[in-house]
Amino acid sequence: MSACREMFARLSEYLDGELDPEICSRIELHMDDCPPCQAFLESLRRTVDLARDLPEHELPEAITRELVEAYRKTRESGGN
Amino acid sequence: MNSIESDRQLLDSIRRDDPAAFEEFVRRYGGRILGFGMRVCGESEDAKDVAQDTLLKAFRALKDVQEPEALKSWLYRVVSNACLMRRRKGKYEPKQELSLEDLMPRGREDAEVQIPDAASLPDDEAAREETRAAVHAGIGELAPDYRMVLLLRDIEQLSTRETAVALDINESTVKMRLHRARLMLRKVLADRLGRSGAAAEIPS
Repeated sequence: MSACREMFARLSEYLDGELDPEICSRIELHMDDCPPCQAFLESLRRTVDLARDLPEHELPEAITRELVEAYRKTRESGGN
Repeated sequence: MNSIESDRQLLDSIRRDDPAAFEEFVRRYGGRILGFGMRVCGESEDAKDVAQDTLLKAFRALKDVQEPEALKSWLYRVVSNACLMRRRKGKYEPKQELSLEDLMPRGREDAEVQIPDAASLPDDEAAREETRAAVHAGIGELAPDYRMVLLLRDIEQLSTRETAVALDINESTVKMRLHRARLMLRKVLADRLGRSGAAAEIPS
């Protein structure tokens, strides 16, 4: 259980490829023998993928035009 | 052209005082800034005001940004500060970090809850929308300090270093908050969308 706890603290860094190869190997070795940690890691990976899958926002064209116009006016009045 | 190279060209045209540079900047970053503002401030008029103010103020100061690699961190720093200023007018945020112990799964069943796979969501638009709404709500439930790190790292795709610079915190704090934010989001998704491991295999 303490091994699980130790793994648990590093799982995001593991998913992000931010750990030394030696620590990665230790995590993978532990995962091979620990189905709950394996399942948990998979659920965390899916959580991150779902966040990344959210659609991008677009600035409405009306706001873009408004901003460009406001900028043009400050430029013309020498306020840039 | 990669984004660093196109940011370099954008910064060059700003320094040349090219009149078209502002529109190019707004079209490239406006949606991202608005999206970030909406996810931090909530979907209110505040978010639109923050986005518009940020784009105008940031553009004026962009002449001083020398390295294209620094542009994103710098821009998100401006927008996150603007969001924080508005937030301070509202509720007080506790500064205490969450304990990892509190986020550990309670037993095997909790650890093995299955979360839907983004790569194989059903074709049904309503079901996809339900999943997105749960993710959106889960992000909204995070305390803002954690939410901002998750937004910058997982949604805006900034590096650990860029996120640290944008939020003026160190890289180990970014990693610590990101991990806790993901764990909390996982918990919300497990409660809303999860199925117990053996009962319902979700193909991946």
